[in-house]
Amino acid sequence: MGIAEQNLVGVAAGLASCGRKVFAVSPACFLTARSLEQIKNDVAYSDNPVTLVGISAGVSYGPLGSTHHSLHDLAALRAIHNLTIVVPGDNVETAAAVDAAAGCGHPVYLRFGKKPMPGSLTGAPLSEFTFGKGRIIRAGSDGSIIANGETVLPALQAAEALAEQGISLTVVSMHTVKPLDTELIDRLSADGRPMLTVEEHSVHGGLGEAIAGWLMQHRRHLPFKIMGLPDEYTVTGSQLEIFGHYGISSEGIAEAFLSLLV
Amino acid sequence: MHPDQLIERSAHYRRHLLSIIHHAGAGHTGGSLSCIDILNVLYNRILDVSPETFSSVSRDRYIQSKGHCVEALYVVLADRGFFPAEDLDTLCRFGSHYIGHPTRKVHGVEQNTGALGHGLPMAVGTALAGKLDRRDYRVFTLLGDGELPEGSNWEAALTASHYHLDNLCAIVDLNGLQITGPTREVCDTQPLADKFRSFGWAVREIDGHDIHALTETLEAIPFEPGKPSVVIAHTVKGKGVSFMENNIKWHHGVPDAQQYARAMEELGAGNTFAG
Ligand SMILES: [Mg+2]
Repeated sequence: MGIAEQNLVGVAAGLASCGRKVFAVSPACFLTARSLEQIKNDVAYSDNPVTLVGISAGVSYGPLGSTHHSLHDLAALRAIHNLTIVVPGDNVETAAAVDAAAGCGHPVYLRFGKKPMPGSLTGAPLSEFTFGKGRIIRAGSDGSIIANGETVLPALQAAEALAEQGISLTVVSMHTVKPLDTELIDRLSADGRPMLTVEEHSVHGGLGEAIAGWLMQHRRHLPFKIMGLPDEYTVTGSQLEIFGHYGISSEGIAEAFLSLLV
Repeated sequence: MHPDQLIERSAHYRRHLLSIIHHAGAGHTGGSLSCIDILNVLYNRILDVSPETFSSVSRDRYIQSKGHCVEALYVVLADRGFFPAEDLDTLCRFGSHYIGHPTRKVHGVEQNTGALGHGLPMAVGTALAGKLDRRDYRVFTLLGDGELPEGSNWEAALTASHYHLDNLCAIVDLNGLQITGPTREVCDTQPLADKFRSFGWAVREIDGHDIHALTETLEAIPFEPGKPSVVIAHTVKGKGVSFMENNIKWHHGVPDAQQYARAMEELGAGNTFAG
């Protein structure tokens, strides 16, 4: 389609309305900002089953700067009805999400990073994959870390480091941001143990606030923290350097969880 | 339908759309009156679509980019039997599917439109699917002249010629006015035919109220094999009602009882097709 994102999404909607399986692919920063109105009207409101694929999301394009960062997309898209929002954490989730999106018959947003992902975060093949059902990567009894996309790996590493200090955590790859797996959130918050969320997105409007909204409105009171990118145009550097600066690393995540225990 | 019948049908549509706008107390009067002859010819002479074939994959498609002039589309769809005309008594009422812009909740509507600059890209995708699937349906879309500055139209215009979509026909309802003033003063898009030609389209310019010209022209698409077609239809906003013609106030002006009576009289209410 050329570099014309609004047209890309409109054309995709037209193709999908005629029964074709359509994947509209563009960097997440452009796809979800420049064509937001097309996503809302042509895809979601008209219910044309397009799979929107936002690549190199978050700060994947690190040193290219904020024009190329996508830290707003989950917030913007969460407020649009009839759009499933998926941020896979490894290759097996990615493959399953692509299959599920192609088969579901309704609009989906798949958010991908740039660098190669782990094959499987659990080391095992997926036993099942359903939109809206989080995947438990690690089970523990002292609290939970809920992450998605490329932050699941450092979250898992943080949990492993804390296990050596005798703190046993559940780690969830919450690949679907919408619809949210509220059943799993209920289970993990039932005993009031601390919960930490981690995402490669603004702290505003993403996975963390989605979970916080559910917890608050269902009288779940527990130590809780949202980790993500702060409300600023971020420092630049490689993705990992940016992550490190804002504490989205195994050390930073472990430290953030420990702060919930005091 | 015979051309004379089509002309009478246009008068009927004009009366009907004014009556539903008057009844609802809302609507886009001027633009609906400017595009109604185009819709008349499309639905009664050109489009291979009916209530029975609307779910067929090989139906012709019509996507109304200037969604705000939905009242014109409603009266034509009702007349073609997509839904009972009485349904339009609920226009813009709480909970009604007959809202101020087209939605798929209404039988016969292809896409949810209303935000401007969206119809052409969707029509391009629909036409591209026809080429990919080797189906011979055609795709028509109606654009307002006020929405032409939307960049997405020109992105789509490039794509249409790039893929040689000669199964696509765009019709511009060039009434020369938009909500904030004459299009030439707000953002001049002339010379429009040259612009489309330079984007790889085959262009025809006609009087958009001339039923014969509309019929002949729309029957002739594609104007050139391998190229998308555009009909620049010169129209008059508010056409058919003297005090509404070329008057911006009627963009979404609603006639009061007196104005309504006068308009109906001018449109020949009381004869065979009085709605
Ligand atoms: Mg106009």
